Amino acid sequence: MRRVTIPVAYMPLVDAAPLIIAQELGFAEAEAIGLDLIAAPSWSSLRDMLGFGRVDAAHMLSPVPVAMRLGLGGMGVSLAAVCVLSVNGDVIGIGRPLEEKLRASGFGFDFEDARTAATALQNARRDKLVLGVPFPFSMHVELLRYWAERTDLGVDSIEIRTVPPPLMAEALEAGDIDAFCVGEPWGSVAVDRGVGALLLPGRAIWQGAPEKVLATRSDWAETEPDLLGRLIRAVWQASRWLAKPDSRIAAAEILSRKGYLDLPPELIDRALSGRMILSGHGEQRQCDGFLRFHGAAATFPWRSQAKWIAHRLAKAHGLGPDTDAAASVFRADLYRQHMTQTDADLPGASAKLEGAIRHPTAVASTRGALNLLPDRFFDGAIFDPDAPE
Amino acid sequence: MQNRLTVVVVEEDRDRVIGIVDALSETGDCDVYVIGNYTGLARKIAEHAPDIVLIDIDNPTRDMMEELTLASGPLDRPVAMFVSGAAGGLAQKAIEAGVSAYVVDGLAPERVKPVMNTAIARFRMVRQMRHELAETRRALEERKVIDRAKGLLMKAKGIDEDAAYALLRKTAMDQGRKVADVAEALVTAAGLLG
Repeated sequence: MRRVTIPVAYMPLVDAAPLIIAQELGFAEAEAIGLDLIAAPSWSSLRDMLGFGRVDAAHMLSPVPVAMRLGLGGMGVSLAAVCVLSVNGDVIGIGRPLEEKLRASGFGFDFEDARTAATALQNARRDKLVLGVPFPFSMHVELLRYWAERTDLGVDSIEIRTVPPPLMAEALEAGDIDAFCVGEPWGSVAVDRGVGALLLPGRAIWQGAPEKVLATRSDWAETEPDLLGRLIRAVWQASRWLAKPDSRIAAAEILSRKGYLDLPPELIDRALSGRMILSGHGEQRQCDGFLRFHGAAATFPWRSQAKWIAHRLAKAHGLGPDTDAAASVFRADLYRQHMTQTDADLPGASAKLEGAIRHPTAVASTRGALNLLPDRFFDGAIFDPDAPE
Repeated sequence: MQNRLTVVVVEEDRDRVIGIVDALSETGDCDVYVIGNYTGLARKIAEHAPDIVLIDIDNPTRDMMEELTLASGPLDRPVAMFVSGAAGGLAQKAIEAGVSAYVVDGLAPERVKPVMNTAIARFRMVRQMRHELAETRRALEERKVIDRAKGLLMKAKGIDEDAAYALLRKTAMDQGRKVADVAEALVTAAGLLG
């Protein structure tokens, strides 16, 4: 095989790990590709780089390709989500004023119960609760809306604003925002700067939320099947390595390098291990499955996940109910095509009832050994992709 | 219609800001506001309702701009201009896609004037397009109403299409009104009499 270099854009976040590891530990090399990893300064820049052909693939917020197919957020380029890079991994955090009120009211900071956290916030807030998120189309926004809508908080009591994650702690300190939902390490950065406390992990709202995807232009995915296959497989091998408990320390070390996240490995390790430090008081909580890269079909681009995103976006932006085309940007077909030659255990179906799995459950798969992990929504709702309510 | 452009420059570096503002004032017809502190950026920009935002492409606060452009329709949004040295071919493609105006060579004073001319041209073009679109839509609506009025007259009076139109036009001339208005009145009346 001729070695080919693929330019890939990413945002310096812990969940960019599969791409960084694929390049650093030779999983890309094994597929005879090199990843030219380009750190993007913002999500809009990253999207434009991919859309206009500066790069061929990108680490992308899972709702972005779906939103673009729905005609939201400009740019008429069709993108494909060829695999999921990470499941869960966001945190909701609050600023000092709210933290103090919550502590005064006896709130326990269990980092688990989405309902009681919402009630506590509703009782503590005076004005609208202003929440910072990294981008208008993101799992962060979707989780916050879903959570507010179905708790005492109520969707009308929150206001969501875009704040670049590196500026999140500063915005919290300045009182521009009261709280945030952000990907690691930026939640932990806010804690270490003493400007806030972590309230909930994203998975307390949805245990199976596809956080980042590997996106390409649709035409590139169709015209470069060979390169796409090599890229998907390299990233899959990297995610398998990342899921091994022994890999954690080395992974944190590599991500912490100057060229990547440029932050202390200890800070990065919190998301990788799920051992989160909640506040300046030093409370520590173990959150299993805080951020998942591999196993239980974590990397599989489920159509039903895209459908959930499309359905939520269409409702929020007043679009029509037909979201099938938007849901088809999660390319389960391409993923299958390029993964058959590996020993990956692929699910028999490409869609599932989202939120229906309460315990690890065996499902039909190509090798017959696939167990799916719980993907529960905090309110117990089940999303049927064929009949979205 | 207001012809002056409102330009917001997002830049922290004082020296660069001075150069850019000087270059902008040479182009004449624009009001310039500078935002040098990113706290509450989106709100500050929204307050000025700018036609153009000048910001470096590598500035992480660009994502805040996305939120602003979402608030309005695709043709109404401010033309955000992102300037960079490394963007290369991104610039031209981005402009063609109508997202925004990109320019290479960094946010440098000497580059501002030609860039502003491009942006102004684009701003006028978009406004012209918007105007034409509204005109076309109105003309189409009027033709539909006139057709329906003609149909009503043909049926009620047993006359052909030409005669029906002549009748509409004569009534309009007699009353000093537009044909479309007379047709509209007729269609409304017919609807009421059902």
